[in-house]
Amino acid sequence: MTNTLEIDGLRLHLPGAARPVLAGIDLTVGARETVALVGESGSGKSLTSRSVLRLLPPGATTEGRVAVQGQDVLTMDAKQLRQLRTHTAAMIFQDPRAAINPLRRIGDFLTESLRLNADTPAQQADERAVRMLDAVGLGERVLRQYPGQLSGGMLQRVMIASALMGDPALILADEPTTALDVTTQAEVVGLLDDLRERFGTGLLFVTHDLGLAAAISDRVYVMYAGRIAETGPAEALFDRPRHPYTAALLRSTPRLDAPQGRLAAIKGQPPSLKEELTGCPFAARCPFATQACAEELPPHRPVPGEPDRLVACHHSDQLADQLAGSAAHD
Amino acid sequence: MTTALVRRPGLARVRTNRPLLYLLCLGFLGVVVLLALLAPWLSPHDPNAVDLGNALAGPSAAHPLGADGSGRDTASRLITGARTSLLGPLGVVAFSTVAGVVVGVAAGWRGGWLDSVLSRTTELVFAFPGLLLAILIVSIYGEGLIAPVVALGVAYLPYVSRLTRSLVLAERERPYVEAYQVQGHSAVQICLRHVLPNIAPVVLAQSTINFGYALIDLAGLSFLGLGVPALTPDWGRMVFDGESAIQAGYPLSAILPCVAIVLTVVAFNVVGERWADQVARRDR
Amino acid sequence: MTDVSDDQRVLEVAGLHRAFGSVQAVHDVSFCLARGGSLGIVGESGSGKTTTARIIVGLERADSGRVLVRGRDRSAAAGRGRGARLERAREVQMVFQDPFLSLDPRVTVGSVLRETLRLHVPEAKADHDRRVEELLDQVGLGAREAGAMPRQLSGGQRQRVAIARALAVEPAVLVLDEAVAALDVSVQAQILNLLADIRQDTGIGYLFITHDLGVVRCVTEDVVVMRHGRIVESGRTAEVLADPQHAYTRLLLDSVPRPGWNPKAIAVARRAL
Repeated sequence: MTNTLEIDGLRLHLPGAARPVLAGIDLTVGARETVALVGESGSGKSLTSRSVLRLLPPGATTEGRVAVQGQDVLTMDAKQLRQLRTHTAAMIFQDPRAAINPLRRIGDFLTESLRLNADTPAQQADERAVRMLDAVGLGERVLRQYPGQLSGGMLQRVMIASALMGDPALILADEPTTALDVTTQAEVVGLLDDLRERFGTGLLFVTHDLGLAAAISDRVYVMYAGRIAETGPAEALFDRPRHPYTAALLRSTPRLDAPQGRLAAIKGQPPSLKEELTGCPFAARCPFATQACAEELPPHRPVPGEPDRLVACHHSDQLADQLAGSAAHD
Repeated sequence: MTTALVRRPGLARVRTNRPLLYLLCLGFLGVVVLLALLAPWLSPHDPNAVDLGNALAGPSAAHPLGADGSGRDTASRLITGARTSLLGPLGVVAFSTVAGVVVGVAAGWRGGWLDSVLSRTTELVFAFPGLLLAILIVSIYGEGLIAPVVALGVAYLPYVSRLTRSLVLAERERPYVEAYQVQGHSAVQICLRHVLPNIAPVVLAQSTINFGYALIDLAGLSFLGLGVPALTPDWGRMVFDGESAIQAGYPLSAILPCVAIVLTVVAFNVVGERWADQVARRDR
Repeated sequence: MTDVSDDQRVLEVAGLHRAFGSVQAVHDVSFCLARGGSLGIVGESGSGKTTTARIIVGLERADSGRVLVRGRDRSAAAGRGRGARLERAREVQMVFQDPFLSLDPRVTVGSVLRETLRLHVPEAKADHDRRVEELLDQVGLGAREAGAMPRQLSGGQRQRVAIARALAVEPAVLVLDEAVAALDVSVQAQILNLLADIRQDTGIGYLFITHDLGVVRCVTEDVVVMRHGRIVESGRTAEVLADPQHAYTRLLLDSVPRPGWNPKAIAVARRAL
């Protein structure tokens, strides 16, 4: 069975940046699978998900392959690309209020792309819109309402309904709950999970929230400075992080189950795009860094005994106990 | 920045995303300003020296752009005319900018009844055509540069005050303004030291565009024989004087000032719009 | 809420009410903050927590109720003059949520601080440069940042500047309105640690407005939970989080994502509330 999304060696350059913004991303999402892509701002997580729809910033050049259901997105012509965006993959943005035209009725917003790009008759499109609104727990009444009349949580449901309109194989959710309250977040996440199961879509969930990623996903990719630092099943990755960055991130999050007092902050800040990087991108902030880390880029290596985990750290094996210990302990 | 500058329909179509056009316009304006400043030294002849024997002469070595119906040297009149033609709009823009900013900041910052009073009053001025107001004032006070400049200054004030008001409304919503309030700075201090400098580039861009329009309007007044006294060299006046020359089949002395007016106005528009664009880009 | 004797209270809020049209944004809110203490106000959007903070700071006016700092009524119409304004500023300072918007984009870091110092300490002009250095040092910034424009700094650095600016006034209470919400996790931890250090060094009181229970747990001693403008629960942070009494507090706690989290049950509980 082919994967719904397959990204191989994706590199992305932006004009004015001293290093590639994405430096060789490998990532897969299977059918019905929820995959979380975790990282801080500037790590390239949003760019990775946007490149799946080829929503790239001006001047960006790419290398590598981004295939949705076996078709390479980066080499598509305009017509194929429209087909992809209408039917195969859909995106849910962080701020629904910014992503929905405030002057158009919800009904227009939902049916627009079907009517324009897929020549679906208006009545058929309307019927589908009603079904999708029902699926996200909203009534038919919403069709005739304007975005201003709905709450943030309801609007995000509308976004989800609109993502489902073209019956996509893949949903890309870029921080879909960051702008929402915590209780609303739970509701939206629960809904997304339900719908993924019901419609058999793959879900790539982009977030900065490690706790959320651990809670909802099957597999997690942790990104740092345009690279995947570590990947593996959610539970294993959070219980036994093998990359110092993952471990440090876990320890610096103020969690409810951690002891009170000072947090173990990561010193310094992520490298800016203006500086070139040699060696491991995390070396400058890593408490375990050695000479080798500063000089040589660590390749992605499998974790012994855990076949579906990869980690890019020279010292991962030696540090295993230390990293896991600190994560569980704190 | 979502605030749009006010532009007249015909000129709004001049797109400014080409840097070459912008540089050309900037250069052109520089040349015009230099000519105006150095006019007494650059004019080949006395602009008011009448030489009827030379009336309607074509371009020659002595008169590179020919002479008008009274035999006055067109090149000299163009160069010297640049002074009045630029000085008038400068007065209009200076007056409307200063007064407009004061009114706009007061209305936007204070809000409430003051905003209502000021906004309604300026809208009243808006509803009254500026040119008509100027004609009215000139007909009362007689010709001269001051009357039309003040009249147009008042007429242009609403463009600036409305823009300023909307900019101030947007700016005062920014948390940094509240931060200064919490710190104990007074409203006047915050306005002068922080809000004004932040909105200034956009207001100046609008004023630059207004400069062009004021130039057209003042030239129009001169063309109607209002405003500038008869003998003063002025582009609008030159067009008026050139009418008879056109009837005589010799249009050069009327066409050249027209060209000067149009080019200057377009150049001011392009430069102003470009500055506004740059501000918008910096804000993003 | 813990009992704090009168002379130990640095901030006391009593019976605050504020309505916007027909919406009661803040309804009978009372709490107090001990000298050098740290109090969290937790709630979701529309809970009235931000309005409460803005009333305390003086950016919003209350319909009724009192705000006392060191026993002095802030809302008293005592003075609109310069002296009263500066006195109010020295009582309470605020750090805003968005470090990208809370600094004037045209003013360098050093000038931001000098401006505040000149306003509040006009006499000792010679000392300002040294004080700027001290303040920057206190928030972990150096001379290099002093000359920088806000846009040249990262979000975390800007938030440090905002904190230094607030400290320059030497206030009794610092209100932090979602002050770490816009920051990345690793930077957020640095700022939270910095705030803890500053409180220890200066004995300043914190009022932490946040939606993040993890943050509340990390930096506050007491907590107030707000919903629809009212306080639904309050007490020692550790006790409230360990043994929540109100159904809404429990819902908030359950909503924090963690492994084995059940979002559907939360959605059901939310609708039941």
